[in-house]
Amino acid sequence: MSTKRITKKLTFKTFRFNAETDFLPYFKLYEMEVGKDELILDILNRIKWEFDGSFSYRRSCRHGICGSCSIKVNGKPVLSCKQNVWELVELFDTDTLLLEPQSRKRVVKDMIIDKKDFWDKHRAIKPWLEAEIDEHPEEEIRVSPKEADELLEADYCIQCGNCYYACPAVEVNPEFFGPAQFAKAYRFNADVRDRAKIDRLETVREMGPGVWDCVKCFECAEACPKDVDPIGKITKLHNQLFEEHMAQDNVATRHAVGFKHSIKKHGLLDEGELVRYSEGNIGVMKHIPEAIAMFKKGKIVMPWNMPKSKNLDEIQTLIKSSSKVKF
Amino acid sequence: MAELKYALYTGCTARESTPELLMSTMAVAKKLGIELVLLDEASCCGASHLQDFDDFLSLVLNARNICYAEKRNLPMLTICNTCQLNTVMTKERLDSDEDLKSQVNEKLAEVGLEYKGTSSVRHFLYAIIDDYGLDKLAEKVERPLSDFNVAAFYGCHNIRPSHLHNKQNAVNEDSSKENPYNPSSLDRLIEALQGKSVDYESKNKCCGFHADLQAPKTANRLTGTALLDAIDNDADMMVTPCPLCHLNMDVKQHAAAKEMGRDIELPVLHLPQLIGLALGIDPEELGLKHNVAEVNFV
Repeated sequence: MSTKRITKKLTFKTFRFNAETDFLPYFKLYEMEVGKDELILDILNRIKWEFDGSFSYRRSCRHGICGSCSIKVNGKPVLSCKQNVWELVELFDTDTLLLEPQSRKRVVKDMIIDKKDFWDKHRAIKPWLEAEIDEHPEEEIRVSPKEADELLEADYCIQCGNCYYACPAVEVNPEFFGPAQFAKAYRFNADVRDRAKIDRLETVREMGPGVWDCVKCFECAEACPKDVDPIGKITKLHNQLFEEHMAQDNVATRHAVGFKHSIKKHGLLDEGELVRYSEGNIGVMKHIPEAIAMFKKGKIVMPWNMPKSKNLDEIQTLIKSSSKVKF
Repeated sequence: MAELKYALYTGCTARESTPELLMSTMAVAKKLGIELVLLDEASCCGASHLQDFDDFLSLVLNARNICYAEKRNLPMLTICNTCQLNTVMTKERLDSDEDLKSQVNEKLAEVGLEYKGTSSVRHFLYAIIDDYGLDKLAEKVERPLSDFNVAAFYGCHNIRPSHLHNKQNAVNEDSSKENPYNPSSLDRLIEALQGKSVDYESKNKCCGFHADLQAPKTANRLTGTALLDAIDNDADMMVTPCPLCHLNMDVKQHAAAKEMGRDIELPVLHLPQLIGLALGIDPEELGLKHNVAEVNFV
C-alpha cells in the first residue's frame, strides 16, 4: 500500500510592502506542494520559514480564538488558522492564490495592518458590562439559559476585523462604527446584567457613525469566520431603538416607518410618497432634478394611478393584528 | 421538458419606477415559452427597512406573499434581488422554526391563509440558468452580442449571504453555486448571448442603494466607483438582475458622476432587457425608452 502523501502544487502570489522603506508594494510568487490538511496559516509559516524570514504577519493562538491571523485570499477575508487551502483552490477553481492583508490602505508590513481605527471605535461603544456589583456579594448574579440565548451569536466575536475591513460603508465613511462594533454593542445590550443599553443606543443612533448608515450589503455576514452575522445584530439594534422609544425623528427612521404606512395604504410601496415622507416637504426638494429626469422617462407613477395589491383588506387586517412596534 | 410556470412576484419597483423591468421580463418569458402568473395579491417585501422597524410584521407579510404562490401550487419567481433575499430569509426562518411558523400562521389564519413552505423561491437569473438552461438559451439567440463588452453587476442580495442562497437555489444537483467573491452566473449568461463579459473588481460589490436617503455621499461613491471601474475596463454597457441597483446605476448616474468628479455615460440594462435584445425582441417591447442613461447602441 502506498503511503505517498497527496499534494497539490500551488503558487501563492503574496503582497509585500514595508511602509518604512518601500516606495510601492509588490508581489512575490512562492511555489510549494500543499497537502489536503494544510491551512492558510501553515502557508504563511512556510513562506517565512522556507523562503523569506523577513515576511511578516500576525499569529498567536492557532485555535481560531485570538483573532490575530486574518488576511484576504483572492479577496475573501479568512481567519488563516481556520481556513483550509484546498477548499479555496476548489472554491476559486485555481492553482494560484492571492495573499493580501485585510486592508491595503492600512498596511504596516506585508500582512500586518494598523488596526487603530478598529480598536478606537470598538472602545467607543463600551464593549464591557456596566453593572453595579457588590464587592462582597452574598449570592451570584443569575442569568437563565433563556436570557443567555438572547445574546445570539454575538458573543462569539473575536475582533478579527474581517467584517470591518470588508464593509464598504467603513471605507467611504471613516466615522462609521462598523459591523464588529455594532455586533458587540448588541451583545452587551442583550445582556440582562448590563445597565448601559441606553448609553449605547444613544451612540449607535447617531447619523453618520451609527447604524442608519449601514448599506445592507451583507459583506459582514459573509466575512465572519465565527458566524456572528453582524448585519443581523445591526437589525436588532434598529429594533431596539424603536422598542426603547430611542429612535429620533429623522430621514432614516421615517424611511423605515414609511414602509408600513405605504403598505397599509396600497399593499405595495408608494415610492414617491416614501421619499416625501422620509425627507419632509422641504428636504424632498433636493430630489426634484432626479424626479424630473424620471418623469420624462415615464418612471413616475402619479398618486391617482398608484397600483394597489389585490385583497388589500387582508394586508390591512394583518398590519392591525401583527404590528408589534409603535413610532 | 416540462413547461416552466412560475408565480411572478413583481415587487414594487417593477410596477412603478422601473416599468421596463416588468415589460422586458414578460416579453422574454413569452419568447422562451415560460408561463408567468402575476401574484397581484402580494405586498411589498419591506426591503429590509420594514424589518428594521417591525420584524414580526415583515415576517407575516412576506409569509402571506409566499402563501399565494403555494395556493397556486407554483414556485415563486422574483425579479428583484432585495425581494428575493427578504422572501428567502422569511422562508428559511419559518421552515427552520416550528414555533415561529405557528405564531405567523396564527395571524395568517385571520385572513384564511396558511404558510406551508411548499413553494421554492427563485430569482429570474437562476430560473433562466438552472431551470431553462443556458445551452437552450444560446440556441435562441438571434442577435448575438458579439460586438459588446458587458459588465455584469450582480447586486448584493442575490449573492450574500451565500449559504442561504446556495441552499435555496439548490433545486437539483446541477444547480448553480455562486462564489460571492467571484460570482460567475451572470458572466456565463452574457457569454451564452455571445457577449464578452468584462472582468472588473466591482462586479460583486454594493451600489449603496439602501442608504440613498440617509447617506447619499456613501451611496453615490459606491455607485460611482462601480460604474467607473466598469468603464475603465472597457465596458460598453452594464447589466444587473436587480432593479434597485439599476436605479442607482442608471437614474443616479449623474449624481454619482458629480460625487466622483468624472463624467460617466454608461448604458445600464436590466437582465431581461439584455436577454431580450439578444433574442431579437423589439426594443419597444423591452421598454428601452424608460432607461435614463441612453441606450445608444440599439
